[in-house]
Amino acid sequence: MSEERLTRLLGIEDLSRSTAERILDTAEVFLDVTRRPVRKVPTLRGKTVINVFYEASTRTRTSFELAGKRLSADVVNISVATSSTKKGETLRDTVATLDAMRADVIVIRHAASGAPQYLADRVRAAVVNAGDGMHEHPTQALLDAFTIRQKKGSIAGLTVAICGDIAHSRVARSNAQLLRVLGADVRLAGPRTLLPRHTRFLGCPVYDRIEPAIEGADVVMMLRIQQERLGGAVFPTLREYARVFGLNRTRLERAHPDSIVMHPGPMNRGVEIADDIADGPRSVILDQVESGVAIRMAILYLCAREPGQTVGA
Amino acid sequence: MTDALVFRDVRAIDPAVGRDERCDVVVERGLLTRIGPGASQGFTPNDRVRVVDGGGCWLLPALVDQHVHLREPGYEYKEDIASGLAAAAAGGYAHVCAMPNTNPVNDTRAVTELMLARGAECTGARLHPIVAITRGLEGKQLTELAELKAAGAVGASDDGRCVTSSTMMLRALEYARNFNLPIIQHAEDHELTQGALMHEGEISARLGLRGWPRVAEDAIIARDVLFAEYVGARYHAAHISTAGAVRILREAKARGISVTCEVTPHHLLLTDQAVLGYDTACKVNPPLREAEDMAALRSALADGTIDVIATDHAPQSSLEKDCEFAEAAPGLVGLELCLPLMLGLVREGTLSLGRLLDAMSTQPARIMGISAPTLQERALAELTLVDPELAWTPATTRLATKSRNTPFLDRTLVGRAVMTLVGGTVVHDLAGGRA
Repeated sequence: MSEERLTRLLGIEDLSRSTAERILDTAEVFLDVTRRPVRKVPTLRGKTVINVFYEASTRTRTSFELAGKRLSADVVNISVATSSTKKGETLRDTVATLDAMRADVIVIRHAASGAPQYLADRVRAAVVNAGDGMHEHPTQALLDAFTIRQKKGSIAGLTVAICGDIAHSRVARSNAQLLRVLGADVRLAGPRTLLPRHTRFLGCPVYDRIEPAIEGADVVMMLRIQQERLGGAVFPTLREYARVFGLNRTRLERAHPDSIVMHPGPMNRGVEIADDIADGPRSVILDQVESGVAIRMAILYLCAREPGQTVGA
Repeated sequence: MTDALVFRDVRAIDPAVGRDERCDVVVERGLLTRIGPGASQGFTPNDRVRVVDGGGCWLLPALVDQHVHLREPGYEYKEDIASGLAAAAAGGYAHVCAMPNTNPVNDTRAVTELMLARGAECTGARLHPIVAITRGLEGKQLTELAELKAAGAVGASDDGRCVTSSTMMLRALEYARNFNLPIIQHAEDHELTQGALMHEGEISARLGLRGWPRVAEDAIIARDVLFAEYVGARYHAAHISTAGAVRILREAKARGISVTCEVTPHHLLLTDQAVLGYDTACKVNPPLREAEDMAALRSALADGTIDVIATDHAPQSSLEKDCEFAEAAPGLVGLELCLPLMLGLVREGTLSLGRLLDAMSTQPARIMGISAPTLQERALAELTLVDPELAWTPATTRLATKSRNTPFLDRTLVGRAVMTLVGGTVVHDLAGGRA
């Protein structure tokens, strides 16, 4: 593998198909590593990964931390929400400080869309977007694509229904773009108040009920409904949401008999997804979590490896 | 101080009086005394007579900007009255109307007088305060418009905030009419734009930035037009940005309702595409819209539906702009760039030079009750000498404004004010080499 080092992963929109496939292929190797009795390789020994999380996150931060540690990198986690922004430090100064510490990779999650790009334009380190505002969550999309590939063999030609709060979801945005690039037919569905008013750039059909989106689908991906969106002008009640837009056994019957059910977590059981579906035989929700570590190992590796270094080294 | 300032061989243009001729113009003791071919005869340069060789440069009525933010009192690190008025003069302006969203807000006589006193100490354009419609811009209690007008206010606006309450807006229009002051509305339904960071469209969806839909502007303007008709007030819509606002105002004017409006240079020249890459220099309120809006604004400006070009000069320091897009403060500086940018529209045929000068001088003066600069004998000399071919780049030019927040910084501009006279006095002078 003599391809260039990955210097930034800010979103799916500016990711080429070949780079996406390289990340997925590399993750295959690391998935094996994570299943060994000793789940650690020396690949990134001496490299530094800083996880800067401006937003609370358990699974994504843990996943990146484990990925770095399993590659033997030195991993530092910073939760900025509880430290320097309270003291009024600007992102510009935080960025300069991190850069002075000479990290190889900076992983950033931020509530402001575009913050990872702001960072990437100002540091020497490679920058990985771990979720920015309502913009993108590229590592989630890659781990979802990886999970689908593991379960279905390939992505091209599959029909994927993404259902729920599409308007505010960076997961939906990144997934729709990546899965289309990889050859899937993507359908988006949700109540009109949770659908973006402008979707041309995504190039997907949009439905205001989930039934037509699920019809014959190979993959049904449910999104988390943010509780704070309910009870106001956006949606009346959880009860109505669950009844009209939740995934239950009856609705899932419309999907392909071999379909899989995904959810990026954390789930609202009984709201967007019924309990028995979440724990049922078609659910691959925990496989997604496992894929997450492998995908992030692949990304950290591609960002921080030495020229000429290969996965096995 | 010279007794006579003689412009030799200029193109004197004042569409308001039907003047466009290559001639000489003489200013004596602050007044225009002679305009015409050969008017400079008999004047020879000496310590009391200055002769500027115009070389065909344009001599225009000085410009009037009815919408600027000078940031003093309260935000002097962004701009102050001295730097703002100097920037105005450098841009060819003789008069600017300063918005009241200072700290403290200009809602009392004390602040109005402070601004006027500061302005009087400065060399540059003349400052005309616009006062708040409601105390503290809070939309709850009217300001003392009678006293504020007596102190020097030329209009009222809660700019930056919209007067969204229907009761308050209707009452404000009625009360301001009592004192013949225009009410200038920042049209934005704040409920519909909560958390909004840019125009709502494909670009905002791509960037994951919450959108500011056009309808949040249009709905307020439609309502206000009905109110203006109902109470017969002087209503002016600030910085309109949408094709819908244009349509509503065009219909209102056709029906004889007393409404006027303005557009900014950035809404005439940029669309939401400019925000791609999260460029905070292009974050502005109302936001940059789409090509169809820009086209509607341009044609409405050309046909006079839009009365005025106003800069909405809004200086911001790097503290407010070098940050996350969500954190960035809105606004662009415009005073020194507006005329050259608009001359570009004249060159490409979008706008006649006559309409440009009408929109940048005569109309804003009329709306704000300021005596309009004019090129007539016996008038007070408020003039701008423009070199229409001078090419320059803001980034490499010393600007008078304290801030640099504009996406046009690296653009090569053609045309520049080289001399500005306010109240008969030269307040901006790059023409030294021509003397």
